[in-house]
Amino acid sequence: MNKLLSPNIIRFVLLVLLQVLILSNINFLGYLNPYLYVLFILLLPFTIQQWKVLVYSFLIGIVIDVFQDSGGVNAAACLVAAYFRPNILKFTFGVSYEFQTIKFYQTPFGQRLTYISLIVLIHHFVLFSMSYFNLDYIVEVLKDTLFSSLFTIALILMVMVLFRKKNR
Amino acid sequence: MQQIVNFLIKYKNTLLFLLLFFVSLVFTVQSHAYHKSKFINSANFLTGGVYNWVNNIEEYFNLKEYNTRLVEENKYLRSRLGELNNKSLDTVYQDTSSFDNPFQFTSAKVVRNQYVNIDNYILINKGKHDSIKNDLGVITSRGIVGIVEESSAGFSRVISILNSNSSISVQLKNTNHFGSLIWNGKDPNIVQLEEVPRLAPVKVGDTITTDGRSFIFPKGVPVGVVDGFNLDQNQSYYKIDVRLFNDMTNIGYVYVISNKNIDEIKSLELNE
Repeated sequence: MNKLLSPNIIRFVLLVLLQVLILSNINFLGYLNPYLYVLFILLLPFTIQQWKVLVYSFLIGIVIDVFQDSGGVNAAACLVAAYFRPNILKFTFGVSYEFQTIKFYQTPFGQRLTYISLIVLIHHFVLFSMSYFNLDYIVEVLKDTLFSSLFTIALILMVMVLFRKKNR
Repeated sequence: MQQIVNFLIKYKNTLLFLLLFFVSLVFTVQSHAYHKSKFINSANFLTGGVYNWVNNIEEYFNLKEYNTRLVEENKYLRSRLGELNNKSLDTVYQDTSSFDNPFQFTSAKVVRNQYVNIDNYILINKGKHDSIKNDLGVITSRGIVGIVEESSAGFSRVISILNSNSSISVQLKNTNHFGSLIWNGKDPNIVQLEEVPRLAPVKVGDTITTDGRSFIFPKGVPVGVVDGFNLDQNQSYYKIDVRLFNDMTNIGYVYVISNKNIDEIKSLELNE
């Protein structure tokens, strides 16, 4: 239990601090920010029970919300992403996920990219539709979702290359 | 009974999801309504402390800019002082109340500033211990910043004028025609002024100031200049783009304004 818990707690704290202190202040081209903390949901162990995934994702979302004064926007986005995580895992990794024999870093690159992209897109779409909370801004929601997702996915891939050996 | 338990066990994840989603939805809806987000709020010991700690390092990078602003403000105040010295010789004050100013100023430092979202908030490092309460105005030496929404012991959260819930009453400096200042969420240097009647003579470059009708800001605090304008659909009111004097992306130090007479004014308004 401890073995499983401690890297995730460290990751939780580090990702939250990184997000609120640095990444949310990038404002690339005036408004684009990556949301790297989604990595926490992506890297939660595959063997963990689903209700725990939901609770942990909700927790990281609400902590980010308190820091950023954004109500429950991040919590809702994380929750939706976490809720669809098993379906996406089944869709991308297929049988090997069912038998729970896969290790995240040993999966083929293409499958891993699909998994990351789907979770990030769902998370960002919910995030921006909730934060604008107005149908008049649907174009802005789609635009922000698309560009921020590209930014986030690129950053996640870079982080995973950098920290690959430690996590194995 | 057995079936109900089975149902609960089978759908426990979905039920948990719906419950937590409902909670976050409530928080989100609250944050979109003025004065409601009590729980999810960065004006607390932990988040305020973290931002304050980082800001202590960050502020060194802006010292030069803040010094220039201070010198500019001092220059302005010194020129006003000269006027005052000349006047006071031929004015006799009967008692202190005839020149007493109801507005009191408290200085504070911005520890976190947002300007990219549609609802932006600013966190300042003064709170209830410095007598900062809800609904006090916040300005810099250059212009208005926002209104205090929530305070903890050591920190306060300010609704920036770059927030869809913010609406501040302002006027054209020359003619006293007033309207309300809102933001459309696009450019952090440009805000929108609405409900100015068509009769008002508006020109590009006109100065906009606060009008003092809300008793939160004194009359005549600078806001910005007219950047462009056009008539709305009914052709009866102007929609004016206002370029702010303040650089909302780099605020630095602010003054919180409290009106000593606000309780008296409010009780009069209630009696009406």
